[in-house]
Amino acid sequence: MYKQITITGFGGQGVVLAGKILGQAAAIEDKLESTLVQSYGPESRGGACSAQVTIADGPIYFPYIQNPDILVCMSQSGYDKQYPTIKKEGVLVIDQDLVKPVDEREHFAIPCTRFAEELGNKMMANIIMIGFFTAITGVVTQEAARNTVQGSVPKGTEQKNLKAFDRGWEFAQATLKGRRHKAAGQVGVVA
Amino acid sequence: MKPAVLTGEHYMTGDEACAEGALAAGCLFFGGYPITPATEIAEHMSERLPGVGGTFIQMEDEIAAIASVLGAAWAGQKSMTATSGPGFSLMMENIGLAACTETPCVVVNVQRAGPSTGLPTMGAQGDMMQVRWGSHGDYEIIALAPCSAQEIFYQTITAFNLSERYRTPVFVMTDEIIGHMSEKVIIPPADQIKTEWRPKPQGRKDRFLLYKPGPNGVAPMPAAGEGYNVHVTGLTHDEKGYPVMSVEAQHQMMTRIKRKILGNLDDIIMTESHQLEDAEIVLVSYGISARTCLAATQQARGMGLKVGFLRLITIWPFAEAQIQALAQRVKGFVTVEINLGQIHLEVMRSAMGKVPCHLVGHHGGTIISPDQVLAKIKEAFPCP
Repeated sequence: MYKQITITGFGGQGVVLAGKILGQAAAIEDKLESTLVQSYGPESRGGACSAQVTIADGPIYFPYIQNPDILVCMSQSGYDKQYPTIKKEGVLVIDQDLVKPVDEREHFAIPCTRFAEELGNKMMANIIMIGFFTAITGVVTQEAARNTVQGSVPKGTEQKNLKAFDRGWEFAQATLKGRRHKAAGQVGVVA
Repeated sequence: MKPAVLTGEHYMTGDEACAEGALAAGCLFFGGYPITPATEIAEHMSERLPGVGGTFIQMEDEIAAIASVLGAAWAGQKSMTATSGPGFSLMMENIGLAACTETPCVVVNVQRAGPSTGLPTMGAQGDMMQVRWGSHGDYEIIALAPCSAQEIFYQTITAFNLSERYRTPVFVMTDEIIGHMSEKVIIPPADQIKTEWRPKPQGRKDRFLLYKPGPNGVAPMPAAGEGYNVHVTGLTHDEKGYPVMSVEAQHQMMTRIKRKILGNLDDIIMTESHQLEDAEIVLVSYGISARTCLAATQQARGMGLKVGFLRLITIWPFAEAQIQALAQRVKGFVTVEINLGQIHLEVMRSAMGKVPCHLVGHHGGTIISPDQVLAKIKEAFPCP
């Protein structure tokens, strides 16, 4: 197993935290190897930022990702910049309210920022995305991702964030059910 | 309160692993000034040190930061600072003072692209000669260059052990990329971590000589307040520590400072060999660029090219003998580093014209890709 995942968005959306949760879930809970590198500009809010997570069952030498297996886009600018790099058979995951795809390529879409607002806090969009991502891709286990979310968010917000994770997970189940002809109802269409 | 040794499995950045390594080594003093991309080391130490009985001070600048580190060392503590290029430049004067007064301490340089303010959030390996020669005069230091968060943890401990063993400043040269990269770090139980302390003086306090070397060339070192009369000066001094302005005193002092490092090369120099047994082309690298070379070596072997890789863990003193020995039997070297040729010059010097030496480098700001290394191998050593 050797999966390269790029997550893009704006600074402030929790892109790097999402990467850290995935990487940690893989490395600590699922006992795999993982690296996370991040790129960001001098601004702490609003600028383009990305997290590159590699998850493997052996050593990872080169931590940078040129062509991701999975591309998660939480902003249009991130999508515009990274979409050309995705592998031909790669999986594209987007926040459907923030990203308008340029072509007909098959992808997985969730309105995670809208869901987060419905749950009372826009800041949880990244956690909803992790729930969705985990169910769709299966690169980390549900238990690993959920435990890591619980341990990574501020004290006192654990239950809210777990609810957010579950919201993304359940939306993925509905999405996958709708595509039963492809995924045969299984969790994880790429792992 | 968390213990000094945070035994367990963690997912942490290189900077955090550096701070945890320092704590595991018994460091109880951090004097620093925040600078990207080394700030996280200071932040982590400021959170952790008070809980283990240590002291964190943010000084007014890097000049004061390194001065406080030297002061803490003479007060008997293991002490450190962490900075990046611009701060490293400011520290140079007192780094010379540390070398001259044989003060054990650890300085971490999380390198970013320079010169001057350069690219604060983007990595480079451009300070490798500065760490060797940045302060004036002839002197010796030790510099290590780890290539992963796990290794940063261990090499920070090693840096403290070497600094205590040889009474010298030791440098941990990382960069923005590994400093900010998160990876799995396994911290062993405290009783499995070997920590060393500077040799303590014995015998009559009134006859004590501060710079009289022991069998390995290193003089025992008391702490201020232990009853020994110590005089610590950056002027050329005799074994008592008193300033003596003479050619003989200069000769004696410099011989001691050089010999304790150059006389113990086997103990200090650490390298790692990858597929060197039958290698015809040898990659030489360190730090984050070593990971590029590990990937490139694997890919080159997959193409049937006899490529091996010598990873330098200790950068200074330089692994001259290892390069010399390889130069007798290989077709050439390719040094890979994020600068325009610094350690490359050392490889060339050590190869003494026996085989060609090439460089894959660039100006800084990003990592070198394995493709660039493979392209250079094919260009410089075309298959017959």
